[in-house]
Amino acid sequence: MSAPASPRTSPSPHADPGAALNRPVAHIGPAAWTWRPRTALVCLAVAALLAAAFLRALAAFDTADVGLADAAAVLLGGGDPGQRFIVLELRMPRAATGALVGAALGLSGAILQSLARNPLASPDTLGIGWGAAIGAVTVIVFGGSAGGVSGIAAQFGVPAGAIVGGLAATAAVFGLSWRSGVHSNRLLLVGVAVSLTCANLVYWIMTWTDLQSAARAQTWVTGSLHAADWDRAGAAAVALAAVIPLTLGVGRALGALGLGDDAARGLGVRVDAARLVLLLLSALLVCVATSAAGPINFVALAAPQIAMRLCRCAQPPLFTATLMGAALTLVADQLAAGLFAPLQLPVGVFTAVLGAPYLMYLIVLRHREARL
Amino acid sequence: MTTSATAPPRGAGESAPSFGTGPRLRRRLAGLGLLLAVLAACAALSIAVGSRSIAPADVWSSLVAPDGDESSTIVHALRLPRTLLGAVVGVALGVAGVLMQSHTRNPIADPSLLGVAYGAACAVVLSIFLLGLTDVSTYVWFAIGGALAASVAVFAVASGGSRGPTPVTLLLAGAAMSAMLSAVTSAVVLLDESSLEVYRFWRIGSLSGRPEGVTAQVLPFVAAGLVLALAGSRGMNALALGDDVAASLGHRVRLVRASGVAAIALLAGGAVAAAGPIGFVGLVAPHAARAVTGPDHRWLVPYAALCGAALVLAADVAGRVVRGSGEVEAGIVLAVLGGPFFVALARRRRLIEL
Repeated sequence: MSAPASPRTSPSPHADPGAALNRPVAHIGPAAWTWRPRTALVCLAVAALLAAAFLRALAAFDTADVGLADAAAVLLGGGDPGQRFIVLELRMPRAATGALVGAALGLSGAILQSLARNPLASPDTLGIGWGAAIGAVTVIVFGGSAGGVSGIAAQFGVPAGAIVGGLAATAAVFGLSWRSGVHSNRLLLVGVAVSLTCANLVYWIMTWTDLQSAARAQTWVTGSLHAADWDRAGAAAVALAAVIPLTLGVGRALGALGLGDDAARGLGVRVDAARLVLLLLSALLVCVATSAAGPINFVALAAPQIAMRLCRCAQPPLFTATLMGAALTLVADQLAAGLFAPLQLPVGVFTAVLGAPYLMYLIVLRHREARL
Repeated sequence: MTTSATAPPRGAGESAPSFGTGPRLRRRLAGLGLLLAVLAACAALSIAVGSRSIAPADVWSSLVAPDGDESSTIVHALRLPRTLLGAVVGVALGVAGVLMQSHTRNPIADPSLLGVAYGAACAVVLSIFLLGLTDVSTYVWFAIGGALAASVAVFAVASGGSRGPTPVTLLLAGAAMSAMLSAVTSAVVLLDESSLEVYRFWRIGSLSGRPEGVTAQVLPFVAAGLVLALAGSRGMNALALGDDVAASLGHRVRLVRASGVAAIALLAGGAVAAAGPIGFVGLVAPHAARAVTGPDHRWLVPYAALCGAALVLAADVAGRVVRGSGEVEAGIVLAVLGGPFFVALARRRRLIEL
C-alpha cells in the first residue's frame, strides 16, 4: 500500500484543507466540514452494502419462506402475520444487534488507531475484549448456578459485567504501560500480556461450573449473534445511541491531534483531556459491543483500515469506519451462518479466520515501511 | 551437527570447544548443582504434598517399599506420575522457549505467546473431532504437526524484513495466530459438547486428570527435541553473531535453523499434547537461566530445562496448597505469575526500542 499521507487528502477539519483546494466548506455553528466527493461516495456505497446485507439478513436465515421482496414489504408495514413474526421477532433483533455491534467496533477501532497512530493498536490487541469476557463469564457462571436470579443476571448482569471488566482491563493496560508517557510499542506488548492473562483466567472460571453454563460461556467468548433478542438489541441500541454521536462529535479533535500535540494546542484543543475522553469513549464502545455479542474479533481492526484505504485518508475516517464495521459484521454473520449450513458457525470464528491473516498482512506491511 | 575444525575465537580468552575457563566454569557447574537441588526439592514437595496429607515418613516408605496400602497407592498411582509429567513438560517448555528466543533473536518469544501452543491445541482438537482419535500416542503427532505449522507461519510472517522481526511484530503475529487458531478450536468444541467437556479442562494447562501413561507417550518426542537442541547449541551460538558470520565460521545456517524449528515443534507439541497450553514457562525459564549462564547455549539449554521443570513443579505444588479443598491448576498459577513478569519485561526501555 502506498503511503497515504499526501497533503491533498489531509483529513483535518481544523486545518481546513478544503479552502486551500477550493473545496466547498459546510458550516454549522462552530463546526465545519470540507466536502470530499470520494469520502461521500464511499459512505454511500458502504451504506448501500449495509442496507442490502440487512435486508438479506431479514430474508434468508434458517428457513426460506420469506423472500427479499417479502422482507422489504414487512419493513414497509405489509406482509402476512407469519412473515411479520419471522422477520420482526426472529431475524430483526439479530440483524440489528449485528449492525449496532459492528458500528461500535468500527468506530472504536478508528479512534484507537488514530490516537496511537498505529493500525495495530486496536481493541483486539489491547485486551479489552478479554477483560470484558472475564466480567461476563463470571456472571454467566455464577448467575447461572444461582438458579432464580439467572434471568435477571442474563439480562443486566452480563452486560454490566462485561463493561466493568473491559474498562478495568483498559485501565490496567494503560496504567501498566505508563512510564513518563505511553509508548505505542510498550502499549502493544502490555496489551498482549494482559489479554493472555485474562484469557487464561476466563478458561479457568469456565472449569468451575457444569457443562451447560460452560457451553454458554464458550459461545459468548467466541462472539456470536445467535442469542440476540429484542431485550439485548434494545439495551445495546440505547447505550450506543448515547455513545456513538458523542464519540463522533469529540472525535473531530482527532484531526488536530494527528498534527502533533503542539499544533493541536495551537488550534485550541485541550490535548490531554481530549485524548483521555476519546480513549474512554472508545473503550466504552467496545465494552457495550462485547456485552451484546461477545468479543467479535478483528472488526475493530479491519473496518477502519479498509475505510481509510477506500477514502484515501491519512487517518481512519470515523463515520465511514462506523458504517464499514456494521456492514462487515452483518456480511460476516451471514457467511458464517450460511457457508457450512446446516452448521451455524458463530460470527466470531469467521471474523477471526479472516481477520488474523489481515493483521499479519498489516504487520508485514509496517515492517517493510519501517525499513524504508 | 557441524563442527569447525579450527576453533573460532569467541571473545576474551575463551575458545569455542571449552566450556569456559576456571572461575566461570566453577560458577556454572555450581549453578547447575544448585538447580538440580532445587528441582529435587520441588519434586519431593510434589510427591509429599497433596489434598490428602500423608506424613513424610510414610511417603518415603511407600515410595521405596510399596506395600499396597492407601498411601502407597496415592503416591504411586497419582503423585509420582504427576511429578514426572510436570518435569517432562517443564523441560520441554523451557528448552522450547530458549530455542524460540534465540532463533527469533527476541526476548519475549514463548510457545504459548507466539501461537505455537495453540497450533498444537487446534490440531489436537480437530483430530479428536474429525478422526475420533482418543489416544495421546496418536494425537501427539497431530500436536507436533500443528506446532510445526504454526511456528513456521509465525516466523515467516514476522520476519518479512531484513532486520528480522522486532518483539512487537513477532508478538502481534503470534497473537493473531493464536486468535485465529483459538477461534477454529472454539467452533469445533461448540459443535460437539463432549469435546468441550474435555477441552475446557485441558485448555487451562494442568498436570492433573491426565490419561494414564501420557508421560511415557510424549517422552520420546520431548527427548528427541532435547537432543536436537543440545546438538544444535554450538550452531545457535554462532547464529547469534549473525547468519553471515555463522556461515563463514563453517556452520550450515539452514541446517541449524531447520533443526531448531523441528526441535521447537517436538518440544512444544509434546508438552501441549500432554498437559495443554501452559503459558509463560518458555518465557520465564530462559530468562532465569540466562541471568546465570549468559548467552552460551551449551549451558543455557540444560539450565533452562532444569529451570522449566522446577518452575512447573513449583507452580503445581503452589496450586495445590493455595486452595484448601480444591486446587488451582499449574497453568493458571503460571499465567497469574507470568503476566507480571512479562509486563516487567515489556517495560524495559531497551526492549521496546529494539
